[in-house]
Amino acid sequence: MMDAGRHPNIKLMTYCEIEEVSGYVGSFKVKVRQRPRYVDIDLCTGCGACVEACVFRRGVPNEFDEGLSRRKGVYIPMNGQGVPMKAVIDEDACLFLDKGKCVKKCIEACPTNAINFDQKEEFVDLEVGAIVIATGFDKFDPGRLSAFGWGKSPDIIDGLQFERLSSATGPTQGEIVTKAGKKPERVAIIHCVGSRDSNANAYCSRVCCMAALKHAHLVRDKTGAEVFEFYMDIRAFGKGYEEFYERVQEEGVYFVRGRGAEVLVLADGRLQVKAEDTTLGIPVDINVDMVVLETAMEPQHDSDRVASLFGLSRSADGFFQEAHPKLRPFHTNTDGVFLAGACQSPKDVPDTVAHASAAAAECLSLISRGEVVISPTTAIVDEDLCSGCKTCLSLCPYSAISFVDRGETSGVAEINEALCKGCGTCVAACPAGAITARHFSDQQILAEIEGLFRILVSEGTEKELVPA
Amino acid sequence: MSDNGFEPRIVGFLCNWCTYTAADSAGVGRMEQPPNVDIVRVMCSGRIDPAFILKAFVEGADGVIVSGCHPPGDCHYNNGNYKTFRRMPLLEALLQQYGIEPGRFHWGWISGAEAVKWAQLVRSFTEQVRALGPLEWKRELASKED
Repeated sequence: MMDAGRHPNIKLMTYCEIEEVSGYVGSFKVKVRQRPRYVDIDLCTGCGACVEACVFRRGVPNEFDEGLSRRKGVYIPMNGQGVPMKAVIDEDACLFLDKGKCVKKCIEACPTNAINFDQKEEFVDLEVGAIVIATGFDKFDPGRLSAFGWGKSPDIIDGLQFERLSSATGPTQGEIVTKAGKKPERVAIIHCVGSRDSNANAYCSRVCCMAALKHAHLVRDKTGAEVFEFYMDIRAFGKGYEEFYERVQEEGVYFVRGRGAEVLVLADGRLQVKAEDTTLGIPVDINVDMVVLETAMEPQHDSDRVASLFGLSRSADGFFQEAHPKLRPFHTNTDGVFLAGACQSPKDVPDTVAHASAAAAECLSLISRGEVVISPTTAIVDEDLCSGCKTCLSLCPYSAISFVDRGETSGVAEINEALCKGCGTCVAACPAGAITARHFSDQQILAEIEGLFRILVSEGTEKELVPA
Repeated sequence: MSDNGFEPRIVGFLCNWCTYTAADSAGVGRMEQPPNVDIVRVMCSGRIDPAFILKAFVEGADGVIVSGCHPPGDCHYNNGNYKTFRRMPLLEALLQQYGIEPGRFHWGWISGAEAVKWAQLVRSFTEQVRALGPLEWKRELASKED
């Protein structure tokens, strides 16, 4: 991210949303809504003086720490490490913007006068040749499955909260502790929360097994606590992954083969995980101090909007559909629009890097060629047959058909072959039969239908196939 | 399941981006389907001239399927499926006037991700047409010409 932010040929636009997309490969027109961040991005140095000065001491839950800490109304995203490293004011958390009253200490504190409460949202028009969709994923809300006790105890956390807890820049400076601030003695890690579950998502989220093993390793390493992993299968599919799984086993982690069935909060505040150990064939209850739920990766909540904006389709699970599952895994059915990362399917970091690099390389090869290859399946008008009725004009979804006025002899329709995508809607509608779809002409399709009802009797002779 | 020994001939007009993709992945996925449906691929269901369906019946088809992308937003060409949506009910009425039972013509939507739905449609529609028996349209037309 840092490199992308610094690169002279990359213009990073953050705090933006795409409003409209039109055009086609090589010449897309994109309308971008730049939301106001109330900080002049050119003046802000990212010093953080405004954050210090902000009087909203209580703050709001910090999304970067998955709600384990709080942040103020003005903040530098990702605990001060975001790209670009510039402050932003949260409209909903800022006392002035939300409630209308604040002493605005941030303005006094800023050494470069970057804070500007008069900023308004702006629209930026871009013209681009290719588009990469890299909108990522949403994490599964474990509250949707009541069995896991989500929200009933602060010591039932999800995998990403655990990541923040064990991070040196996290709310506890990397100490793995319970909400009460004590080192846990026993920790349960539950796999497949929201994945491989007919009550949530049918698919496997791929990354959680390895994340769970990493979390088990971190708990063993940092606290020495006993760790119980509740799993259905361990899917250690990547390079070096199986070796890591063996290493974690050797570190003394207990593996319980069986889906965690229920998490209970006991009277003394401790937690109990109920499951069936399918290797022993007995039900088990294990009391622990902390439960980590390895939640599923889900499509972004607004992926339907993004799909319709860019003309993408989505597979049954809601992730964006690639053009071909094996041979075109990062292409879409819209030329010049590519997919990168977890918006297409759940992916771990190496897979995401490979997927995204492939999409970037495809964009570069498209740009360096300087011209685009378009499909020859366009429609053409036979001017002699066209009566100029204009039926086709309103049907074309790409406005590729124009009317050429010929004065007294009315006029004819004309198709711009660069704009025509060859759907053939105009061909089916033309009352005069004046429009031909190349490679899908009426004669070709009718001959195809006729061909279905004839069988080849011997070389060169055909027989009609009449229903018996 | 009606077992009258009759193997119906069915023609399916499918759009390239949704239902043809679904039919392709139903095949790749080894989903069980009877071999009675012959597929004619078109780029968009909006390309399907109602004359194609009549032509298929004239040539001897016992049933016809038309399927494209789900409205509203799935169409690869923005709104070609809406044209199908407008044309097919009119054709349905016409087919009934010609004496073709409603059960012989199916039109609808199957997305590229719905391979299972395609395989189910092929199974159920084949059984439905099998139960209706052969369409004697071609023979009747021929006898009228004589």
